[in-house]
Amino acid sequence: MLNIIWLLLLASGIVVAAVNGNIEVVTEAALGSARGAVKVCFDLIGVMALWLGIMKIAEKAGMVRGIALIMKPIIRRLFPSIPPEHPAMGAVILNLSANMLGLGNAATPFGMKAMQELQQLNGHSDEASEAMCTFVALNTSCITLVPATIVGVRVSFGSVNPTEIVGPCIFATAVAMTVAILLDYWFRRFSRWRRIP
Amino acid sequence: MILSLLDTISRWAIPVLLLVIPTLGLWRKVPVYEAFVEGAEEGFTTAVKIIPFLVGMMVAISVFRASGAMEVLSQALQPLTARAGVPSEVLPLALMRPLSGSGVLGMATELMKTYGPDSLIGRIASVMQGTTDTTFFVLTVYFGAVGIKKYRYSVITGLTADITGFIASVYICNLIFK
Repeated sequence: MLNIIWLLLLASGIVVAAVNGNIEVVTEAALGSARGAVKVCFDLIGVMALWLGIMKIAEKAGMVRGIALIMKPIIRRLFPSIPPEHPAMGAVILNLSANMLGLGNAATPFGMKAMQELQQLNGHSDEASEAMCTFVALNTSCITLVPATIVGVRVSFGSVNPTEIVGPCIFATAVAMTVAILLDYWFRRFSRWRRIP
Repeated sequence: MILSLLDTISRWAIPVLLLVIPTLGLWRKVPVYEAFVEGAEEGFTTAVKIIPFLVGMMVAISVFRASGAMEVLSQALQPLTARAGVPSEVLPLALMRPLSGSGVLGMATELMKTYGPDSLIGRIASVMQGTTDTTFFVLTVYFGAVGIKKYRYSVITGLTADITGFIASVYICNLIFK
């Protein structure tokens, strides 16, 4: 699936550039973004180090497990394959809460930590586990209660009521999230992608 | 009222976490500084691990964007989406949403500058910006961090959520703001 999408993005870009007669754009974009990707990762290092450090304290103090226990009833239904007291649960919950509060730079490190814990349950395969797919589905469609960036842009262009879009945002995300959860459930249960235990 | 409360929460969340977690840790007899450094070390390796995944994804996306292939796709889809009440100006935004977070913000800003934040187009752009996440970035970074190469059905789930989010954004804006 991803192999095809990846090739399609590249190939269609190159073909269109060739037809438009500006093929040199491709070279520029490819080299520039390769450099840009490394920059993104370098910018991540500091934030990652900060949050994974804080998270390690929380883990050693037993707080991560505590959070997981409180949220157990909801989370257990979404992730039936994870033992409820597993540290992965705590990281998953921290990530989703950070996402909801719009704390993007804390959400990513928590999310990666959750993925690492899930990978341990996955037996270090190079194929995504079901719990990982569910987690990623929740993440790509997670509700943000405070879409601060876009409200800021609206303010800067002199909107009469810059926050009027918050309600519609929550509605649209809730619809998207519901669809993501249902589709993920369907894949896990019925599709040809499900794993036979 | 609720909004200012939420705003306060998001402004205070990080300082409070930075205070509460180490304090509780010390109270539970955790050597806090040592634990912090131990955890922070992982941050470096994880961030470096993502590099190959992110290079692969960002190169493909930026070639697609820079070449003008996105405009071609958007023009091809336009007759279809126009019937569903989608203003043609916001369609490129929907195509960009799963690919690039900064790209979509730039486009939304541009639309608001041209049409005003309180126009229907400006409002749809705002709602779409605040809805769903950059699917390909999330997939690349999260799976990359643990070296997963086969994403199975999660690409379909993520993209379906994006499409649903887009349709829902257009629908709700047409309903409330028209």
